[in-house]
Amino acid sequence: MVDVLLEGIYIIAGLIGIMTAITAFKDEGHPKRIGTTIFWGLLGLIFAVGRYVDPVIIGVLLLFMGVLTATKQVTFGTLKNSTDEFREKKSIEIGNKVFIPALSIAVVAFAIAQFTSLGGLVGLGFGSVVATILALATTKTSTKYISHDGSRLLQQVGSASILPQLLAALGALFNAAGVGEVISQGISGIIPEGNILAGVIAYCAGMALFTMIMGNAFAAFAVITAGIGMPFVLSQGANPAIAGVIALVAGYCGTLMTPMAANFNIVPAAVLETKNKNRVIIAQAPVAVTLLVVNIVLMYVLAF
Amino acid sequence: MIKLIGILIILIGFMLKLDTIAVVLVAGIVTGLVGGLGFTEILSTLGQAFIDNRYMTIFLLTLPVIGILERNGLRERAAFLIKKIHSMTAGKVLIIYVLIREVAAALSLRLGGHVQFIRPLILPMAQGAAESKYGELNEEQIEHLKGYSASAENYGNFYGQNIFIASGGVLLIVGTLSELGIEVTPLAVSKAAIPSAIAAFLVATVQYYLLDKKLARLSTNKQTEKEVE
Repeated sequence: MVDVLLEGIYIIAGLIGIMTAITAFKDEGHPKRIGTTIFWGLLGLIFAVGRYVDPVIIGVLLLFMGVLTATKQVTFGTLKNSTDEFREKKSIEIGNKVFIPALSIAVVAFAIAQFTSLGGLVGLGFGSVVATILALATTKTSTKYISHDGSRLLQQVGSASILPQLLAALGALFNAAGVGEVISQGISGIIPEGNILAGVIAYCAGMALFTMIMGNAFAAFAVITAGIGMPFVLSQGANPAIAGVIALVAGYCGTLMTPMAANFNIVPAAVLETKNKNRVIIAQAPVAVTLLVVNIVLMYVLAF
Repeated sequence: MIKLIGILIILIGFMLKLDTIAVVLVAGIVTGLVGGLGFTEILSTLGQAFIDNRYMTIFLLTLPVIGILERNGLRERAAFLIKKIHSMTAGKVLIIYVLIREVAAALSLRLGGHVQFIRPLILPMAQGAAESKYGELNEEQIEHLKGYSASAENYGNFYGQNIFIASGGVLLIVGTLSELGIEVTPLAVSKAAIPSAIAAFLVATVQYYLLDKKLARLSTNKQTEKEVE
């Protein structure tokens, strides 16, 4: 049941990609009309029907999409938001009701995750559909703007939106090639044995550093816990629940500082239209370093 | 050692600001090749993992509704509301958001997201608060506000989520330790996440308090420049 519903949600997500492709194709003033159309069209197809296609073909399509982004063929077109005057007028007319659809995404998602066995992803899908209907009703907007504004935002976020998913695929390749083993062997050679503080620092800093390289604290956790956590922290009598969760949090400190964590740092910068694409990382770096030190202290004090 | 070449490719590619997607693809292929995988095997691993991880890009579904609400003055309304509250500063808006976000994450409420919340609600609120204090903001002030607003979502999300007993992170820790022969309960792990969550809130509070000082400083600079003109 959940699988069927999830697949349905992926099909809707795919339709949004295809919609963006069609919108880009119709956009006469688009600077890179054909490349942009192909990119979003392929992404839409991969979402909608990718599950039924040989993964080798998906791999080939991804390479082709990579060629398109590398040659700068995927850009933003000429889709416009409404005018300042219109938005001012509408905001007075609609009033605070405009927040209801925005909040309903989360409320519906939570209700479904909490009270049914369908899970948060299906909940998010339902929440989005409900919110879209509510938004059309409360703002009295024509349904044609579903594709206009959906495409506008997706083109604005751009090709960076597929990066998280692509990085997960990279992680799978790294695993298949045995990269994790090489790293844990390398790090294991440097740490002095029997020193608890050195072990804690290596575990936390290793998590942060490896997360920065991989862009994913979950992927780093398995490797670094086996490579450093086990021999240098857990085997010295640490409380495993405390040491484990603090190590993962130390990894998050790395997440805050790396462009590899694109969905948290680079995509938001694009979504907020910052001038510097590393703006979010710049804002977060001081907090990340402080929290890394704090968590090293917490692990040393609380886990032993 | 040669297997680490993918990491080197990523580092160099990011430093030279080459196209991110192409860099990641090249790093993956080269790593696969030096790791002894065949080209077809590489393509199939890549394709399969991309399909398996489609849930990571599910925010696509929320784009149309956010776009429609923006067309109808969502941000303008948020800014209007915040301008009515006189004692609020940009920093305080973000402190309150981190608190709400952490508590929500701890309850497994997905009440967040850069596309869903920061862009349509929190940034305009913070910007509205700053504008009511300093008038029209300059480019540098807005740029900083954007970075800090995005960070509020990340702090709240990251450091609150492991307090929830069935969060991905907690289950990952239980599973990983179990494979290493150590049994822990999800409850013990989630309780252990509380001190780090509190620490993160305190550090974020200090940062946003300093943001208000920074906005004030940048604003004074602007006025000085104007006087020079």
